[in-house]
Amino acid sequence: MLTKRIIPCLDIKDGRTVKGTNFLELRDAGDPVELATVYALNGADELVFLDITATHERRKTLSDLVRRIAKSINIPFTVGGGITSVEDVRVLLDNGADKISVNSAAFKRPELISELASEFGSQCVVLAVDIKKNELNQYEVFLNGGRLPTGRECADWITEAVKRGAGEILLTSMDHDGVKNGFAVEITARISNMISVPVIASGGAGTPEHFAEVLQAGADAALAASIFHFKEVELPFLKQYLKEQKLPIR
Amino acid sequence: MNVVVIKYNAGNIQSVQIALERMGIIPVFTDDTDTILQADCVIFPGVGEARSAMHYLQSRSLDKVIPAIQRPFLGICLGMQLMCSHSQENDTQCLGIFQQQVLRFQPTELNEKIPQIGWNSIHTLTSPLFTGVTEGSYCYFVHSYRAELGESTSAVTDYCGKYSAALCRDNFYGVQFHPEKSAEVGEIILSNFISIAS
Repeated sequence: MLTKRIIPCLDIKDGRTVKGTNFLELRDAGDPVELATVYALNGADELVFLDITATHERRKTLSDLVRRIAKSINIPFTVGGGITSVEDVRVLLDNGADKISVNSAAFKRPELISELASEFGSQCVVLAVDIKKNELNQYEVFLNGGRLPTGRECADWITEAVKRGAGEILLTSMDHDGVKNGFAVEITARISNMISVPVIASGGAGTPEHFAEVLQAGADAALAASIFHFKEVELPFLKQYLKEQKLPIR
Repeated sequence: MNVVVIKYNAGNIQSVQIALERMGIIPVFTDDTDTILQADCVIFPGVGEARSAMHYLQSRSLDKVIPAIQRPFLGICLGMQLMCSHSQENDTQCLGIFQQQVLRFQPTELNEKIPQIGWNSIHTLTSPLFTGVTEGSYCYFVHSYRAELGESTSAVTDYCGKYSAALCRDNFYGVQFHPEKSAEVGEIILSNFISIAS
């Protein structure tokens, strides 16, 4: 039986793991390769690395890091952050990344998704979507790490992206991110039932119960960062708990 | 040990190379037929689309060379599908090493997403590739098409119904999952393949 995936996420800045609350207030959380190795050994099903470095050397630094990660771990990993072209993606895949994730650049130029899917296949194109509930009670897409509202409702954007070839959706609720009160269960379930590709729930994990809740509601995978980095919830314990809840877990 | 990884127009071949390097093996990465025929063993990985991959193989005469290989040969993911007789993906005639047809997944329930992405269990393990691998172990899969069950089936997985997670005939092995990304289980399978070739 296909299992639900637990995915630790590492935000990377200048080659270090960092973690903030609601996309702000960054704290250092260690060496990404060391953390990745520990997560892989402890039963992580996949890893996601999001690079938030803003300097000009970022491409070189990131490809070196991707190479080091690929050499150190034996599970799949996704790399995202600042990807705007087929060339950006080729460099990352050539250095050993299994999938890449695109966000703002794809929203601004949706053809990017089509280009990546036709060049590398949908299976390696993850669309990251950051959402926030607006005054109209709709889940609106935000860009640039949550700073820029787009006015577009998320289901509409996700439907277009899947048609263009996005192979997976990484759905982050910014209202929930970093506050550890549970995932955005309702919207995640709604999106997951609406589309034919897997949905990764992100933002809000605080306890093992939160994971069970969103996975039972229909998410195919659940992603979290700080609770793993700061050892508030350990992976083996979490996976054992989810098995006991009768969820299919590796 | 002279391990050759066949280079063609499919994606994500690097991850196999890196996994072999983790095992201390530096593979040769080539589409040159002589080099391939002289190898101790050959790995045929890849993620991509069947028809354009077959075109590439034909343009290099690899469609004739591959079925004639006598040494241990391992197809991974698309590589395994191309070793079958025919793929429904763009109605593609494949290499015919295995008799199986490759068909697209047909969801039987709403929550079965295509492609299948993630860890699924492998059962009824019947080839030397699985020495030391426990029944029901989990491997990492990413695919939209799958090979039918048949005589050469050497591992079975269930997603939208049962299909061949691995195939085996004489010196030819195929796995639908990615051993290079399947944690310790995948490392056992890759090292079994290397042992078969030693």
